[in-house]
Amino acid sequence: MNYIQVKNLSKSYSDVEALKSLSIEVDSGILFGILGPNGAGKSTLIKILATLVEPDSGEVYLNKIDLVKNPRKIRESIGYVAQDIALDKILTGRELLDFQSDLYHMKKKEKFTRIEALITQLEMNDWIDRKCGTYSGGMKRRIDLAAGLLHLPKVLILDEPTVGLDIESRNIIWQLLEDLKDDGMTIILSSHYLDEVDKLADRLVIIDNGKVIAQGTPSQLKKKIGGDRVTLKVREFSTNEESQKIREILSKIDGISQIIINKSQGYSVNFVADKEKDVLTKLKVELAFSKYEIFSLTQSQPSLDDVYLQATGKTLLDAEIYMSGKRDLKKESKQSMR
Amino acid sequence: MELNQYNLFFLFQETFALTKRLFIQLKRRPSTLLAGILQPIIWLFLFGALFSKAPNGFLPGVESYGNFLGAGLIVFTAFSGALNSGLPLMFDREFGFLNRLLVAPLASRLSIVLSSFFYITILSFVQSIVIMIVSFVLGYGWPNFYGLGIVFSTLILLVLFVTSISLSLAFILPGHIELIALIFVINLPLLFASTALAPISFMPNWLGWLASLNPLTFAIEPIRVAYNQTMNLELIALHAPYGDLTCKNCITILFSLTLFSLIIIRPLLNRKLS
Repeated sequence: MNYIQVKNLSKSYSDVEALKSLSIEVDSGILFGILGPNGAGKSTLIKILATLVEPDSGEVYLNKIDLVKNPRKIRESIGYVAQDIALDKILTGRELLDFQSDLYHMKKKEKFTRIEALITQLEMNDWIDRKCGTYSGGMKRRIDLAAGLLHLPKVLILDEPTVGLDIESRNIIWQLLEDLKDDGMTIILSSHYLDEVDKLADRLVIIDNGKVIAQGTPSQLKKKIGGDRVTLKVREFSTNEESQKIREILSKIDGISQIIINKSQGYSVNFVADKEKDVLTKLKVELAFSKYEIFSLTQSQPSLDDVYLQATGKTLLDAEIYMSGKRDLKKESKQSMR
Repeated sequence: MELNQYNLFFLFQETFALTKRLFIQLKRRPSTLLAGILQPIIWLFLFGALFSKAPNGFLPGVESYGNFLGAGLIVFTAFSGALNSGLPLMFDREFGFLNRLLVAPLASRLSIVLSSFFYITILSFVQSIVIMIVSFVLGYGWPNFYGLGIVFSTLILLVLFVTSISLSLAFILPGHIELIALIFVINLPLLFASTALAPISFMPNWLGWLASLNPLTFAIEPIRVAYNQTMNLELIALHAPYGDLTCKNCITILFSLTLFSLIIIRPLLNRKLS
């Protein structure tokens, strides 16, 4: 059953089109990943789902309730964990949770039980009565997550929840998300960490430049690549011209497809090798014939990065680097301020 | 939103929580409160001393300059506090904490405004009472019961008026630097262009006009009259260039200004908090 339906969603900030007629559907009780580089439109989509931003056009339904028309009703059933952790530095963790529970109109006994349960579940006992201003990044994220879960939301929306976290905090959060999913909670997780989405998501959507470029289960998407992903280097740092020549050679070999030059890996050549054909032997012969030696050759199962690479012609890392040069974070922050 | 008993209870619960948060902040960082009390007391001492050798009766209707100054300082303290009331909201906007409130199913987002209003009103009352006690100890008198009612009613109106403006500025201006700069620009000129420190009869004509149109004056004069033991709302409180105003006239004008400001800012707050 589609619990969340997003239809033709568009949103612009002055001259930037953050979302371009984006549509997704999310079933109940799954962890749905939203993957894409920074600036792809993930946070805008998340903020619309959290009722913080109104779309310019399109429709969003959560359990058949129109999000634009009934935002308050939607707010009752969602928990939101923002990318930038906003805590009141003066309050202790416990006071913050108490404050949050009042905003969700929880009864005294209920809030006490929930706060205690979350303190235990997220291993916050040792520092919950310290002021939030003294917390490390991992502690801040855990308390923020606890605040989002206090009222037992039907849908938990997380925007890049593990950015910059230590391994311990990340593992605790991953485990918690797995547990919540097992309990039947619908979770929307935006991330630009491939391993995170690959490990946790039941289904995912890959967003680039405000548009959906792929969606399905992680295994479905990887299967679509149709073979193993191979990375070839003829020297440690090739030039673009040299890699173009290699590309030409490879394109003539039967069983090699989707050849891409990866600038971020020193102009390595990436391609998909058909498992059924003995591609690598042919490759070695052809390269030797053209007087190229193999510096390195790695073969791997396709990853979500390969899915992204196939769809956009660039890796997530390339996209991140490109977007970080293009984005005006100060301007975006001002635009997103209420 | 349907206003039933549950929503009213929820509105109370969330307003209480938001106000409590502001008071916890105040308790752990009391410097604002202390500065807000110390500053007017220092003024009371310094200005009182400055005019201590002034001839008796140089100010109409009061025994000494200290008697005259008390009302001005009470209003100025409440005004400064209310003018700063937008700052916590601005910081919440800047640091993203406001989003925590906006994703919550608040019965009404009016609770965000109400909490600021309650907080500043209580703070102003505390500061005013301290100033009044110090004034009393210095021999500058104490209003009777009726007068106290006028003092606190006037302060509520002033705080509501200025808080609504400050909260609007917190949404309109891009950041806290701009808000602080504006507060800096507004604060002292409004004090000097009012009857807080001197009566209109001491001022040049142009300043007299400014002072008699200044909202602070409409709060100061009723409080000044409230210190008069024969307090009566029909007493002339202000000899303005455009005519005499009674205490009741001043409070009515202040009430109208407050109502007007609330009507003006409502669409902005609705849009920003929708």
